[in-house]
This record gives sequence, C-alpha cells and structure tokens, in this order.
Amino acid sequence: MTEATEKGVCRPPHEFSTDTGLRRFCLKLRRNKAALAGGVMLLIYLAAALLAPLLVQGDAAAPNLSMALETPSPQEPLGTDELGRSILGRIIYGARVSLLIAVGVVAVGLFIGVPLGLVSGYFGGKIDFGIQRATDAMLAFPGFLLALALVSVLGAGIKNTMISIGISMVPQYIRLVRACVLTVRAEVYVEAARAAGTRDGMILWRHILPNVMVPITVQTSLSMGTAILFAAGLGFLGIGVQPPTPEWGTMLGSARNYLFHAPHVATFPGLAILLAVLSFNLLGDGLRDALDPRFKL
Amino acid sequence: MFNFIIKRLLSMIPVLIGISLLLFFMLRMLPGDPAQVLAGQMASPEEIETIRRQLGLDRPIYEQYLSYLSRLAHLDLGRSARTQNPVIEEVWARLPNTMLLAVAAISMACLFGIPAGVISAMRPYTWVDYLVTMASLFGTSMPVFWLGIMLVVVFSVILRWLPAGGTGSWQHVILPSVTLASFVVAFIARMTRSTMLETLNQDYTTTARSKGLKENVVVIKHALKNALIPIVTVVGLQFGLLLGGAVLTETVFAWPGLGRLIVDSILARDYPVIQGTILIFGLLYILVNLAVDILYVLIDPRIRYD
Repeated sequence: MTEATEKGVCRPPHEFSTDTGLRRFCLKLRRNKAALAGGVMLLIYLAAALLAPLLVQGDAAAPNLSMALETPSPQEPLGTDELGRSILGRIIYGARVSLLIAVGVVAVGLFIGVPLGLVSGYFGGKIDFGIQRATDAMLAFPGFLLALALVSVLGAGIKNTMISIGISMVPQYIRLVRACVLTVRAEVYVEAARAAGTRDGMILWRHILPNVMVPITVQTSLSMGTAILFAAGLGFLGIGVQPPTPEWGTMLGSARNYLFHAPHVATFPGLAILLAVLSFNLLGDGLRDALDPRFKL
Repeated sequence: MFNFIIKRLLSMIPVLIGISLLLFFMLRMLPGDPAQVLAGQMASPEEIETIRRQLGLDRPIYEQYLSYLSRLAHLDLGRSARTQNPVIEEVWARLPNTMLLAVAAISMACLFGIPAGVISAMRPYTWVDYLVTMASLFGTSMPVFWLGIMLVVVFSVILRWLPAGGTGSWQHVILPSVTLASFVVAFIARMTRSTMLETLNQDYTTTARSKGLKENVVVIKHALKNALIPIVTVVGLQFGLLLGGAVLTETVFAWPGLGRLIVDSILARDYPVIQGTILIFGLLYILVNLAVDILYVLIDPRIRYD
C-alpha cells in the first residue's frame, strides 16, 4: 500500500469540494505546526529559487581559484568550494535545479501513472491484469535501483534524471490511483453517468479523476521529497546532473575529495537536501492528517 | 509449510519473467547499436560484428529473448565488457561484502528502532515520544551519503577512531553499517510505535496488567510479541531501501560490494555487469520477501499456510 492510502485518505472525497470541507481542511492544516513549518520552509526554498539572480552576485558556476576552499566568513557565510565558488550561491541556485527536478519527476509519474491507474481500475479484466503484472515487475526493484538502471541507459543530465526517477515512481501512482478508482467506480454517481450513456473516457475524466485527486495530492508532496533525495543520490554518484550545474548531490560528490582539508564544503549542501526533503515530508504528513476523516479537530 | 514454500517459489516465476523482460528491453532501449555501445568507440567493424553475433542481435527479437531466458536459467549472465570475466563470478565475489553490510545494518536498525518505538509508544505524547518522532522524521529525510560523509568527518578526520573506508577488520564495518542502518531505523521505529500503541490498548494487555504482571513482562511478552508481524513486514520491505542505500553507502566508504560494482559499471558503460547486478538485486529483494512470509509462521503460530 502506498503512503497516501495507508491512513484512509483514499476514499470518495466529494465533501472536500464543499466550502465547509475545504475550510475544515485548511483549519486542520493550519493547526498542524509541523506541516506549517514544512510549508514555510518550502516557501523559503521557492523564494530562493525564484529570486536566485537577485540574491547571488556574479556567476555561481564561474571558478575563482584564488578563493578555493575558504572557510565560512562574513563575506562568504558558508565558505567556498574547491574552485573558489560561493557555496551559499550554489546552494541557492541548486534550489532551482532540485525543485525543477522534483516537479519534473512528479509530472512524469503523474502523466504515465495516473492514466494507467485509471484505466486499470476502471476497466479491470485483461487490461488490469497486464498493467498490474508490469507494475509487479517494476516493484520488484527498489525505486532507487530502478532509477539507477534507467539513468545508466538514458545517460546523465537534468532531463534524463527527471525521466528516470519519474518512471521509477510510476508503479506507486498506478497502485494508488487503481485502488482509489476501485472504490469510486462503485459510487452511485458513476453508475448514473453510465446509465445516462456517458462514454467511458468522459466518466473517467469528469467523474472519477476529480475524486481521486486528494490521495494523488498527498502522494505528490511525499514523492517530491523522495525525488530530491534520489536526484541528489544520482548526482553524488556522478551519473545525475553534471557539473558545473549547481546541484546539491553533485556538490556533495565533488566535496568528498576535500573532507580532510575542508569538511565545510560537504556539510552545507547536505543540510540543504535534508531540510528540503524534511519540508516536503512534513507537508505531506500534514496533508494526509488533514484529509484523514479519523483525525478530528 | 513445505507446500507453501513451493507455491511461493512458483509464484516468483511471473515476476522473474517480468524482471527479465525489463532488463532485456533495457539494453534494446540504448540509443544506437547495442553492439557498438558494448564494443566501445574504438572497436573495429569486425569486433562489432563478433559482438553482434555473440549477443544474437542478428536474430529476430523473440528468439533473442528466449535465448536470453535460457542463458539466465543456466546462470549465464554474460561477460564483463571491461574485464572479460563472467558476470556471475564478479557478482559472487562482491555479494558476501554487500550481505555483510546489509545484515549488520538491519540488525543495528532493529536493535535501536524497535526499543525506540516501544519506549515512544509507552509514553505517548511526552517529550520522549516527540524526540523519537522528530528523530524518525529527520532519519527518513536525511541523504544517507551525506550522513556517511559526516560520520567520516567526525570519527575518521577529527577523532581518528575509525577508518574512513575500505575493508579488512571489524572496525571497517562500523561506519558503513551505521550509515546504512540510519536509512531504515526511522521506518522501524515509526512502525513499532504505531503497532505498539494498538497492542498496548488491546484487551489481552489489560488482562495481563490486571493479573499483576510486571510492566516490562506485559510490554515484551504480550504487547511486543503481538506487534511483531507488522514490524517484520516493514523490516522486509525496508530491505529493498537498504539495497538502494547500499549503492550510495558503498560509494562513500569505498566498500567493495555489489553497489560499488554497479556504479563502476555504469560509469564504464559495462552493460552486461549492470544487467547482471540489477537482476541479482531484484532476486535478493524477492527472496527476502519470501523469508518474511516464512517468518510469519514462526512468529505467530495462528498463521497457517497449509
């Protein structure tokens, strides 16, 4: 069972479409301090990513060897790396890359996983069997290894990192959406639409998809954190985003060679990854709790 | 029980066929001619042709797949493009190192995760509980390779207590296994806490308490024993995460295991080794899940597969 379904989020959520439901959801989310902290941290990352050219002076990728491996100082609050580049500047620009990858990954996961999950759950039979066995085979590999295998074929780079990690997340989306469709397709309004002669495609698009959006939202928040972790892992191994593009995992990978002389070079990019993933996880947990009917105000 | 194991082993066949299909088409997804990629940029047309014939790339695709399956059944995973050694030999040579790391990490994760979850559940909504919950959240969000690097900085660079990498003594195992354990200890603690919260409120626990049993007997013999099934399940599932984490941990600590082998092979574009190693990782994952199913019977005598 996927994370978003384990606490009962997967159910017809039509009540959230009403004003009262939405208000109650917002109130629950606001009262959850951890989720609020996650949201605020995420906003800070987003602001840093958007305002990077204003916050960082000069080119974050341009080397300045005379400043190599400087320890933190008032001029360079987080010090400089082996090529004399500002670590703070590269972390800020790295937020752009990491958030872009996170969005790209979930886009790939959603674009492939949601239609397959909808079709598998709605039509059942041989289509369902085929899609589910393919999902089984993909789930036989741990997610990171699947992404690793795919990136080994597709090659390094931002786009291929997004595609590889995105595909590795497809099985989770298929399983989640299928489970929800199985619940929703038995609802009266779906039967009514079918009795009225509405085409299957229209039923899926207009009646079923809006009602599986809640678990998808929760899963998306949690998947974004995982996507950042996976992308950083691939970057660290040297098969993800390639230098000189500032990416947190890639920064850590090159910092490994200077651990004995300048441990600060490895410390800060790791903290940036930790806090970004933590913020997505806190928000995802908060969303799940706010959408869980058993969690009362 | 024997029948169950046979049935369970047979049910692995469709999944194994799925894995083989995935790996087979992985090589065919390569842009350009796979024989050219395997032979390298400097290879002569004759060498490329020899590789094409060796791989059977000149035959129809279904024949290629059937021959691939037949080779797999004979544990023939091909030869490394770099060393020309049989892939299976390379894998066997590294497997014990990865298993040592995995077993040490999972044991350490259980040793810390289960007591942390139990203590957290015994004092819900107190500072101890919040501490364990926060530590778990940080644990699940932390990049394992960064933790490994930080441990090297503290214990190898600053304190000089432990070696920064390599193998050879028990000291070499400590840092990599702690790093890898951190990856799963958080999940085990969270699962233990939530299942213990349920079992601690069950009637049989209340009965045990009302009989006047000591609290630690109630917790260990009555509540924890009944909470073990979900915990074992999560330990089995986390084994997959652990294999993924092994790739990164082995890289940080230059540990000569399967994870390091796969990364070196990817960097060298040695596809037979990549395919073989991933297949072995998939097999290990499936076998661990089988072991978990068997463990259920040993833990809970009420479960009967026959």
